[in-house]
Amino acid sequence: MPLTKTSQKFNASINAFTIGTGDKAVTMGGENVLPFYTFDAPIENAPKIGAEISDLGMDKNVPGIRDYYAGAEDFTELARRASAIPGVDFIAFALDAADPNGEDRSVEECVEECKQVAEGTDLPIVIIGSKGIEKNETLFDKVADALSGKNVLLMSAREENYKTIAASAGLAYSQKIGAESAVDINLAKQLNVIISQMGVKPQSIAMNVGAASAGYGFEYVVSTMERVKMAALQQNDNMLQMPIVTPVADEVWNVKEAVVSEEDIPEWGPQEERGIQMEVVTASACLASGSNAVILRHPASIAAVSKMIRELI
Amino acid sequence: MALKGLDIFKLTPKTNCKQCGVPTCMAFSMKVAQGSLPLEKCPFITDDVKDQLSEATAPPMKTLKLGEHTLGGETVLERHEKTFVSKTLYAMKVSTANDDAANDALLEKVPKVDYDRIGERMYCEFVFVEGTEGENARFLDLVKKAAALDRDLILATSDADLAKEALAAASGKNVILAGANASNYEAMSGAATAANALLGVSGESLEELHDTVAALEKLGNKNLVLVTTGKNAKEAFRNTVEVRRGAIKGSDRTFGYPSLVDVAALSGGDPHMEAAYASLFTAKYGSIVVLTEMDYAKALPLYGLRQNIFTDPQKPMKVDPGIYPLNGADENSICMVTVDFALTYFIVSGEIERSGIPVNLLISDAGGYSVLTAWAAGKFSASSIAKFIEEYQVEEKIKNRVLVLPGKVAVLKGEVQEKLPNWKVVVGTNEAVEIIRFLKDFQY
Repeated sequence: MPLTKTSQKFNASINAFTIGTGDKAVTMGGENVLPFYTFDAPIENAPKIGAEISDLGMDKNVPGIRDYYAGAEDFTELARRASAIPGVDFIAFALDAADPNGEDRSVEECVEECKQVAEGTDLPIVIIGSKGIEKNETLFDKVADALSGKNVLLMSAREENYKTIAASAGLAYSQKIGAESAVDINLAKQLNVIISQMGVKPQSIAMNVGAASAGYGFEYVVSTMERVKMAALQQNDNMLQMPIVTPVADEVWNVKEAVVSEEDIPEWGPQEERGIQMEVVTASACLASGSNAVILRHPASIAAVSKMIRELI
Repeated sequence: MALKGLDIFKLTPKTNCKQCGVPTCMAFSMKVAQGSLPLEKCPFITDDVKDQLSEATAPPMKTLKLGEHTLGGETVLERHEKTFVSKTLYAMKVSTANDDAANDALLEKVPKVDYDRIGERMYCEFVFVEGTEGENARFLDLVKKAAALDRDLILATSDADLAKEALAAASGKNVILAGANASNYEAMSGAATAANALLGVSGESLEELHDTVAALEKLGNKNLVLVTTGKNAKEAFRNTVEVRRGAIKGSDRTFGYPSLVDVAALSGGDPHMEAAYASLFTAKYGSIVVLTEMDYAKALPLYGLRQNIFTDPQKPMKVDPGIYPLNGADENSICMVTVDFALTYFIVSGEIERSGIPVNLLISDAGGYSVLTAWAAGKFSASSIAKFIEEYQVEEKIKNRVLVLPGKVAVLKGEVQEKLPNWKVVVGTNEAVEIIRFLKDFQY
């Protein structure tokens, strides 16, 4: 019996989703096949990579990250350096210091920081909110205003705070919204539905369906993403056709494998290399399962993952 | 094509004798069709009928055994559809293209990574020995050295005579002979079969691979592994997906064999690229993934990923119940109790470790459920906590009498306090992310 190939080219497709403006605008999604299945149909928009910088500075990171940003006096310079990493498509600025349980930096200061970041880069900007779900409402409102016209993506709107964020950032300032749920396809869909019902166009929504480090319940991430893609492509569910953006860095640089020093567990070898490989392996598996973009921190991980994307597309 | 239950039912005696352990012949037939019972369970099925059915009831992908390892046997393309059954196995590569010192150094590293993660042994299962042209003597020498390690072998050569010698040098080992192709498959198949080895087959294209596998099957060899590496990463991904998808979705049994991807050959010696590709092929359909080296930096994320992906979605991952002293906790450190669901354990222990504060983490047997589910199912209750404290002699081992409950089961506080009057029972946080702050603010 000769070889007959099975194809999985679907009639439905993932929404094409653009952030940023001008030459450096980035479009993700648009494909009608599973991740990297270019042999079923061409994938026009390759998956994208964001470089994460934090408003707490980069000093607490491993030497390879810390040194790369060493001497950066302000957020403009941080953004400039992040944009210069080969393979980076957009800048992900994390407003960690705004956390009410942490430094509780004021909304005004955060807005100022975001403006500085915008001065340092012409790449698209993704703003990652603080851990304070309530605070993000005002924070995103002011940031969306300050970065008006830049077509930024605000991560993330959740079930608890989506109303204000959708109304302000989504409708009043026409920015893009990231809908965040925790590894549950039904919750992911529900959130897209209610944000759309507020009047935000589905094409202005991206999803963060949940992230984890490899080894830490990552099976839920894989299965949620695979089920979302199947629903979007096979069943043409337009409330799940938003592209998936996965913040990987914040997960991997906090797990034991990336945190424990070489002195504590000598046989594990250098800490930095463990962190890089954790970031590379987790990001690659996310992309294989359905992420249209991943957010990473280490220049070496960004180099490897962007090379893999280039080789496969 | 897979048979339907009704087709099988027609061939049973229809007497509902229950000798197969199932109440009716109809129910038995349905189970055979699903693949959950073998046809042989029915004592009345004749050999004739068995032969007639075995081809039709065979699973889309063959299950091959090699020593203690199982390859293949998958029935779905995505794990949530049912489960994946045979985890990706890894190999470290030595080659006559390297100098002897480099190979020796690599072989020395093979046994270094060998540890336990949630009850599973994590180690590099294979050594992949590659013979390049004109290096026959060094290849045989390398095979002997690799055979001395306590690992299964993959021998890569396309020279059938050399393969025979190599197989003899590795006698007693579990071996995959990789190197069959369209021009040498007959001789290679003979060598592999004589030595009881699995045969690795490759092709210039998917069509050629398909033809060669069909030819080998005609020779009666169905102990095959398909080498899907190709010329570059894109081709490797395509081949690996097409082979698995062809077997499972396209019911093409010729592609119903495990795959082998040499990511070392795709990565040009870059360890980060190797990790990226190893991750890709662990997620997508690589049965065996070959790397230049498996060090801890690669092993920790890859084995964690593999353990997650190959977990049966219907069975929760569990850790062993017991007392886990974290951050150098001793008898004077406080106790925090939670359930044995692996994810809960990892997240809670991770947060406690990040706090730097010594804590005895008590993992009680809760059937592998999360805190709320276990509580709802009655597997995590005041009695189960009290029973754990008694069974594991916590009071004898630990002097501190502070016991922190998960915030989600705050309702248990009164009852736990009643059962453990010597303890100061404290309600902890709802979410693991709040643990660090909780421990830092906690008044002792």
